[in-house]
Amino acid sequence: MSKAPLLDVSGLTIAFPGGTPVADFGFRVAAGETVAVVGESGSGKSLTALAIMRLLPRTARIATGTVRFQGRDLFALPEPEMRKVRGREIAMIFQEPMTSLNPVLTVGKQIAEVLRLHEGLSAESARKRAIELLDLVRVADPHRRVDDFPHRLSGGMRQRVMIAMAVACTPKLLIADEPTTALDVTIQAQVLDLLESLRRDLGMALMLITHDLGIVGQWADRVVVMYAGRGAEEAEAAALLGDPLHPYTRGLLAASPRLDASLHYTAGTLREIPGSISSAIGEPGCPFVPRCPLAQPSCRTAPPPLMPVRPGRLLACPPVAATLEPIDAAAVGR
Amino acid sequence: MTTTTTTEVIASSSGSWRAVRAFFRNPAAVLATAFLVFVTIVALTAPLIYPEDPLSMVARPFLWPGQNPKFLLGSDSLGRDVAAGLVWGSRISLVIGIAAMALGVTIGIVVGATAGYFGGRIDDALVRLVEIFQTTPSFLMLVVLVAIAEPRVESITVGIALVTWPTIARLVRAEFRSLREKDFVTAARGLGYGHLRIIFIEILPNALPPIIVTSSVIVASAILMESALSFMGLGDPNRISWGSMIGASRETLRTAWYLTAIPGIAIVLTVLALNMIGDALNDALNPRLSGER
Repeated sequence: MSKAPLLDVSGLTIAFPGGTPVADFGFRVAAGETVAVVGESGSGKSLTALAIMRLLPRTARIATGTVRFQGRDLFALPEPEMRKVRGREIAMIFQEPMTSLNPVLTVGKQIAEVLRLHEGLSAESARKRAIELLDLVRVADPHRRVDDFPHRLSGGMRQRVMIAMAVACTPKLLIADEPTTALDVTIQAQVLDLLESLRRDLGMALMLITHDLGIVGQWADRVVVMYAGRGAEEAEAAALLGDPLHPYTRGLLAASPRLDASLHYTAGTLREIPGSISSAIGEPGCPFVPRCPLAQPSCRTAPPPLMPVRPGRLLACPPVAATLEPIDAAAVGR
Repeated sequence: MTTTTTTEVIASSSGSWRAVRAFFRNPAAVLATAFLVFVTIVALTAPLIYPEDPLSMVARPFLWPGQNPKFLLGSDSLGRDVAAGLVWGSRISLVIGIAAMALGVTIGIVVGATAGYFGGRIDDALVRLVEIFQTTPSFLMLVVLVAIAEPRVESITVGIALVTWPTIARLVRAEFRSLREKDFVTAARGLGYGHLRIIFIEILPNALPPIIVTSSVIVASAILMESALSFMGLGDPNRISWGSMIGASRETLRTAWYLTAIPGIAIVLTVLALNMIGDALNDALNPRLSGER
């Protein structure tokens, strides 16, 4: 974390007419790093990704915050400049491979279109490159698949095509918004393996949005846990999974079924976090207070900021932080 | 995937081929297409079939069809050859029908796509514009437009296009409003595509089926409008058209009814054929009926 980050999101607040689903959220992604953003549905993960790309729906407004990408303030870029960033420097793949491809264009045409726009390739060389890219994302028989319409492809194949389009211009950062949620478990691992190998080969950084902690342990370098639009905890993946600090992270981990825990779900009760994320609405203090087993009166006054608690580790929970050994602020380096 | 046979690959090569096959499985569509192909060939070869000016007087007036083998469909009150008029009239009908449709559809797509894609104030302004056109009786407006301009093929074409584009614009706007929310449009924006690229490459091909269907009906209504204008004497006076043939013969309707019936049948058959093609296209291109896509 010593070099300047590739992506630096800070103080991001996204406002809708009905509320602020993302509030004062920030994190960094270093070049070549895989950062997982974890949280349950409605915690603002996807909105954050859309805000970075400046693709928020019209009703949403960025109230405060900055997004710096390679030192450039993306929110200050004029729209034509931003279009050059999208797809070429930051690419994004979406959750729904079934609907994210244009149904009336062949996959080859769709991949070629990206190349023609950003790289200025001719139709012929774009097509050649599209076949190479299909091969790169391990689509079998790319020469034939290039002329297929999306409805002929399975979900996993479509997601590979989406990935091919995203990496066509070798972006510096790939944002993958729940890339495997809509896929079979067997395909999930293949797609994540593919993303990992592409990240290494192309030298990309990967921002992996997920609610699946199993993915985090295996593929992420660092994890940012989000709850109700705020950062709850940030740590190296192994440290976070091995020793979760925030009550929410602990709850999430406890709620994840483990293969070694019991033979059958009836043999032991699956733990859950009581309540729902909607209880965070209108909470003046820590958004997790209504569901938190450690809640104290002081938690209800103001939302706690992310504070360094250990080297490379941030936590937004003063009661837990108080139980930890005090650290030398200089050693944290943030 | 590896066991895919060649036939499957050919079948998969394009969704539009499936639509073409579905279209030609419909007997009414085949019949209508054959008739329109016939009319088009007749229109194209008119100078070869009847090299003379169809407006020139070549025979005794009021020859009934079959009375003189030289004039198969008889002659009108001025001794003009009805068959020649019919053949030459098809040119005007088709040219005006197709040109007015092309112009109207182009305007409609541009306005509808702009309104539907951008929404907001642009949409509000364009919808008001469309409503101004749609609340004015369209034929009345056409008559006024043609009366102000000189009645010529060009002005009639532009006039018909001006009264038909709002239909296409509303249709395209509705399609774009729903399509712009699709995931693939968001994905396209995420790839850095500009508005024009998204409108024409990503969204428009998805909106084409209903536009194509409506276009065939618009050709038919443009032919009807031209006929109605010509019937009222607002057609191009130097060109013969089916409508003007009916208009010129309406005073002798009781004594020589064939003079109005023959061009009338030509109009009916052509318009019917275009409507049947519209219906068949609707069935062939409708994704809900054809299952795929």
